[in-house]
Amino acid sequence: MKNTPSSTRTRNRGVLGTSALRPDGVAKTQGNFAFSSDFQAENMLWGATLRSPHPHARIVSIDPSEAWKISGVEAIIFADDVPGKATYGLIASDQPVFARDVVRYMGEPIAAVAADHPETCRRAIAAIKVVYEGLPVLSDMDAAIDPATPAIHPDGNVFRHQRIVSGNPDVMGDVVVEGTYDIGMQDQAFLGLEAALAYPDPGGAGVELVVATQWLHEDRKQIADCLDLAPEKVRLVLGGVGGAFGAREDISLQVHTCLLALRTGRPVKVQYGREESFFGHVHRHPGRIHLRHHADRAGKLVKVEGWMKLDGGAYASTSSAVLINGITHLQGPYACDNSRLDAWATRTNNPPCGAMRGFGVVQACFAHEGQMDKLAAALGLSPVEIRLRNAMKTGDKLFTGQVVDSVAPVARCIRETDAIPLPADAQYGTGSLELPGGSGRTSDPSHIRRGIGWGVSIKNLMYSEGFDDSAEARCTLVDGVATLKFATAEVGQGFVVLAQQIARTVLGVDTVVLDTIDTQIGSAGSTSASRQTWMSGGAVDGACRLVRERLFEHVAHLHNLDPLQLVIEGTEIVDTLGPLRMPVAEASKGLRIEQTFLHRHRPTEELDENGQGNCHVAFAFVAHRAVVDVDTELGLVKVVQIATAQDVGQVLNPLALLGQIEGGIAQGLGLAVMEEIVVDRGVVRNPSFTDYLLPTTLDAPDVVAIPIEEYEPLAPLGAKGVGEPPCISVTPAIVAAIRNATGRDIVRTPVRPQDICLPS
Amino acid sequence: MNDTTGFYELVVNGKKREVRDSWVGESLLYVLRERLGLMGSKGACEQGECGSCTVLLDGDAVCSCLVLAATATDSEVVTVEGLAADGAPTDVQKAFVEHGAVQCGFCTPGLIVAVHHLLDRNPDPSAIEVKEALSGNICRCTGYGRIFAAVETVVAIRKGAGK
Repeated sequence: MKNTPSSTRTRNRGVLGTSALRPDGVAKTQGNFAFSSDFQAENMLWGATLRSPHPHARIVSIDPSEAWKISGVEAIIFADDVPGKATYGLIASDQPVFARDVVRYMGEPIAAVAADHPETCRRAIAAIKVVYEGLPVLSDMDAAIDPATPAIHPDGNVFRHQRIVSGNPDVMGDVVVEGTYDIGMQDQAFLGLEAALAYPDPGGAGVELVVATQWLHEDRKQIADCLDLAPEKVRLVLGGVGGAFGAREDISLQVHTCLLALRTGRPVKVQYGREESFFGHVHRHPGRIHLRHHADRAGKLVKVEGWMKLDGGAYASTSSAVLINGITHLQGPYACDNSRLDAWATRTNNPPCGAMRGFGVVQACFAHEGQMDKLAAALGLSPVEIRLRNAMKTGDKLFTGQVVDSVAPVARCIRETDAIPLPADAQYGTGSLELPGGSGRTSDPSHIRRGIGWGVSIKNLMYSEGFDDSAEARCTLVDGVATLKFATAEVGQGFVVLAQQIARTVLGVDTVVLDTIDTQIGSAGSTSASRQTWMSGGAVDGACRLVRERLFEHVAHLHNLDPLQLVIEGTEIVDTLGPLRMPVAEASKGLRIEQTFLHRHRPTEELDENGQGNCHVAFAFVAHRAVVDVDTELGLVKVVQIATAQDVGQVLNPLALLGQIEGGIAQGLGLAVMEEIVVDRGVVRNPSFTDYLLPTTLDAPDVVAIPIEEYEPLAPLGAKGVGEPPCISVTPAIVAAIRNATGRDIVRTPVRPQDICLPS
Repeated sequence: MNDTTGFYELVVNGKKREVRDSWVGESLLYVLRERLGLMGSKGACEQGECGSCTVLLDGDAVCSCLVLAATATDSEVVTVEGLAADGAPTDVQKAFVEHGAVQCGFCTPGLIVAVHHLLDRNPDPSAIEVKEALSGNICRCTGYGRIFAAVETVVAIRKGAGK
């Protein structure tokens, strides 16, 4: 693949395995693609949200009288105006639609207004007088775990504790290394800010919501509960989604927008600004992980023990699931029998945290990869050798007792990454833009040291712990044209092109129409957990296969053949035992065949009190090698090259795959060297793109990517999800390279200049 | 709103467009989108950091979120919708699609405007010149690799066509 996928494989009708082009691509380049923020309606009002400036306070009083005096204000609503359930949440319903008596994080919604103009909304929000009485701020994970600390929520200060004990937890290794690792709070920072437009039904009998989300049906369930409407009275349509990365799995503006529309009887549009977006969605959990690795003299792992603490902030979101992902991946992609691990997800007055690409595994990987390097150093082995000696393979058992029956080419990922040529030595001129620090041009070439580092990871695919996961799709074939219907959120990943590729391949059609993505069909589940290729891909594949069976039956009946003799070759139906050969378009003339298919993966189990159980569906693996140049005086880092080999199963679209790999690497690079929401006792210090730094073109490293293509028998298309793995082990690889360049024992990410150039 | 202004005119994509009864504090981005229906320019940061709202103002690439619409009355504004007169995709737009430079697509219109702006001024930019020119356009999906590939292709094709 080597970064020229569009030229290395023919597009051949856009079937599976080719770099078929996305159907929304041209519209997106021309500005004609309708994102959720691009919708407008006749007689539309704007909505906005009043949020708490305090991380923990009692609400003494709220006085909206001055706001009502502003011309153009049509509605002001509070907690008492929520007709149904007062709270929502993906796993536990513990988050208020509006705070009533107490606010538990900075940015918690208290009221919403609807008015004729965004500026009127802003003035009205500013005119609502809220009197707060400050409460002690709980911002420390250890304090939250301490039973003596007063609970800041009726559900307590610990979302979940989980233990894993396996094998002989008392065994000791010849070599023992330990470390404590800190991970900062990362933001998904999708570009397309939260936006929605709600249309009320006459008389308030129902509502239609155009919204950018990852999971239409889950949103609908939570919205309907809060509105006290039957789910079928709440219709959701996917507005174009400007990226998601986990931040659109939770409710943000959905309920508020619907409430304002129902209250005013007019369409209402709500659109967050960037600062509000930082407060309006969950983030990646910050955490602290302590691990002690035991190995024998040959470098084989004997035991892993330690603990993990993730801070979930004020409300539950998916913290309990993130925690399970985290603790079950502390093992890394390495074979080992013995463990003793504990993990806690805490509730504090910090910003709520939940899903972000990698979902608990990013944190775990940062710690276990730091440990592998420590082991290598203690044993005098190279980073590659220690990982090869422990590389997991199919049939190995996890600490949870689950046997890895996925394809598991860990050693191959490492070897193929290792074989990628290293970049040439740096040739920096003074003042070059390519120096560490980029446009600052402050770096001095004589202070630059190069470093190389490694990271390897394992990532579960799909949801875990007994979640009843399914995806539905419908295929309709009329006159040689296939139409596909599904509720799968297209967030940029390219499911829309994959769905077309599947239909073209299975049915031999060229034209595949995609119906509106909405709730007028069964759930597709969330676009998260690297699951849609497997789940919705399986559903589209299943629906197309059912249609093909009906078509074969029809053709076989007309020509007195056994339908089992028929196959699709290109765009034709072919009799494998006779002369018949006819275009699908001709065979399906005048027919209408419609089939719906529900895809399920095999069931999973919950973990028991010792963390034992088959809790995951399948796994994917990846290796990353980072090369960095560091100005050791200024603490500036330039990531020069990322080499990677990723276990992907069957490659379905090389171009889309490369896009996931390069994009994930950029996000992992962000977490390694620049991205962090800085929180000081519950107060967010940098909620803007001026102060929360994202990788730009000047930060983009050269990426050399090799897909490890081994068909995955467990997957409907032989393909593993590829979205999450690229962003997981690249972060520890970059940090290891910085350690290698500087000789410093850096134990936190992101690495800041002071971590490199000031005394620790 | 009470404090609206009467009337002003903008020249957008070669056409005179009237703006009536607007609030004087509205950004060019807001007016283009909400009053003139040109939704191609996107807002993602409101402080000129992300480039999603990039338009050409008298030929300069600017963040339309940082321009007060009422101050642009004497300028020529070109948005992503105005790059191709006939509605067919430009060479840059085609290359973005062909090379996988588009994922979620929210940053794309701003990048398209920025790439046109770059290549109109510098038809043969070096890799670092491309990076510098596009460093004000943040993309969260692609990691930029396919965007560089698209720009390289346009440069090569334009060079070939010029021979």
